[in-house]
Amino acid sequence: MRSTWKQRLAAIDRRGFLATAGLSAACSQKGEQAADEEPPSQLGAQVSAYGERSPYETAKRLVPDLKRPQIGSTTTPLADTEGILTPSSLHFERHHAGVPPIDPARHTLLIHGMVDRPTVFTLDELKRLPSVSRIHFIECSGNSGREWKAPGAGDVQRGFGLASCSEWTGVPVSLLLEEAGLRRDAKWVLAEGADACKLFRSLPLDKLLRDALVVYAQNGEAIRPSQGYPLRLLVPGFEGNTNVKWLRQLKVVDEPYMAKDETSKYTDLMPDGKARIFTFVMDAKSVITHPSGGRKLSGPGFHEIRGLAWSGRGRIETVEVSTDGGKRWKASMLQEPRLPMAFTRFRMAWEWDGQPVELMSRAIDETGYAQPSREDLAAARGLQSSYHYTGIKAWRITASGEVHSV
Amino acid sequence: MCRTLLCALLLTAIAAAQSPKYKLGRPATPADTSAVDSFVSPGGKGLPPGRGSASEGRAIYERRCARCHGPDGKGKEEAALVGGQGTLATPKPLKTVGSYWPYATTLFDYIHRAMPFDNPGLLTRDQEYAVAALILHWNGIIGEHDVMDAATLAKVKMPNRDGFTADPRPDTGPTARKEARK
Ligand code: HEC
Repeated sequence: MRSTWKQRLAAIDRRGFLATAGLSAACSQKGEQAADEEPPSQLGAQVSAYGERSPYETAKRLVPDLKRPQIGSTTTPLADTEGILTPSSLHFERHHAGVPPIDPARHTLLIHGMVDRPTVFTLDELKRLPSVSRIHFIECSGNSGREWKAPGAGDVQRGFGLASCSEWTGVPVSLLLEEAGLRRDAKWVLAEGADACKLFRSLPLDKLLRDALVVYAQNGEAIRPSQGYPLRLLVPGFEGNTNVKWLRQLKVVDEPYMAKDETSKYTDLMPDGKARIFTFVMDAKSVITHPSGGRKLSGPGFHEIRGLAWSGRGRIETVEVSTDGGKRWKASMLQEPRLPMAFTRFRMAWEWDGQPVELMSRAIDETGYAQPSREDLAAARGLQSSYHYTGIKAWRITASGEVHSV
Repeated sequence: MCRTLLCALLLTAIAAAQSPKYKLGRPATPADTSAVDSFVSPGGKGLPPGRGSASEGRAIYERRCARCHGPDGKGKEEAALVGGQGTLATPKPLKTVGSYWPYATTLFDYIHRAMPFDNPGLLTRDQEYAVAALILHWNGIIGEHDVMDAATLAKVKMPNRDGFTADPRPDTGPTARKEARK
């Protein structure tokens, strides 16, 4: 039975919201017949200059309680996103000294070092150059880092939310370096941002020439201040920290300069006390986002298992899903396009019989790399390495439909 | 004759390949470069003039750093800068400048670019050398009166200088490299 408009409005009011434009638009199509039952037509909200989401939608980045809010991170609510793109407003953040307020008219990119023609580009000049758009994920190498020592992240946002995926637009680094007259004996590039700590990283020249971009746009508009406005380096598949935000200079050199963020931090300590350095690539990973930790299944019957997979080594080839705690695995359906170094959405139809179950996913990329179990990772690296955790994640569903981390 | 022509053709071809195609951007001046280029290589390239020792660094440290990193560098609200040598292979590794950092140049570079956290750029070059010297001294790496400058800093051998290895991944699963499996 259809509820009357009064019942529906009352239900909405109980939840603390006003009747919305959507409701009145639906009503206005019912015609005169429905006059007793439907409200008189009402005009909806007026046109607006910059869109807002519906007030019913509340997914947010998780802002932890930080002693210094300029240094830290916020996580993307991946379980509330569909498809492969992360809205720019929900892209995860990781800052080391706050978001600098940059006037784009005064921001420039200096290219110097081992080049024949050190050059300064304004933003307008960069935008005049031939541009490309590509969809890529960025993942902080500390994503899922707590799983090393204390496995069992309660939900997708806390355990996986330092990864997001956007369409980025900008200029290939190779074009810029060629314009500046790249010298043949060059081997590394120092990329530095204009934040208060002037964060920089040393990056291998061959990678930058292969596919890195200097980007000024994200998902169709200027990149957000928290993502590096007005310019950021985009190094597909490399750990998040190398995608230097607020980019102000590229210096071409012949060796890595051993920045604090590539020695003290972002190096992986092994059980023998040695640490791996320049572990740039983010290996293949996947997570089931529905059903997932902290959520509840509304009842037995049909559910679509959904999740995200990505690899810094290229395309996702397969994502296998297990609905019996890892005994049997079945290939899921992969949504096209499957782009290299981008989120790939996987899906699998599933009938839940109401019994407790354990769901897991395992990504395999085009190089044949298969996402390892936590045990395999710990056997190879111990538990102290902090970064680059890629272990298979399991969610346990109780008979009442509650989903918990294993 | 033919050879010189060929030569000339080749040279123009090379020149064409090397000249800018879009001619956007302006040539950087030395002032453009010096305004932002403070990079210091592990061998000491880029170290600026200036000097300082641990004894000279004490007063600056107390005034500008102790609040966050503790009166003796052993950490307070923020990371310890001192200690941890010998802990890296234990279940409780303490990674500090003294126990973990491979190069002293990184310390100087990082203090210049980023510290004090809430007011980077506050120290003079002499003060940066002096505070770096103090942290090295507290870690037992140099003497209290050893002067750090463009010539001496890069020569400091850090305890964990040889503690880093190249990325051996993939180190698990079907594509693991043999040497990574061990
Ligand atoms: C307001 C607090 C504060 C003050 C004052 C401060 N620091 Fe820091 N320091 C920090 C924070 C926060 C970090 C971590 C930055 C990061 O992780 O990117 C840090 C990191 C460091 C590190 C790197 C530690 C590591 O192992 O990675 C060094 C070295 C350092 N500070 C030296 C200094 C020196 C020298 C001074 C004084 C000139 C100073 N700091 C003053 C807050 C402070």
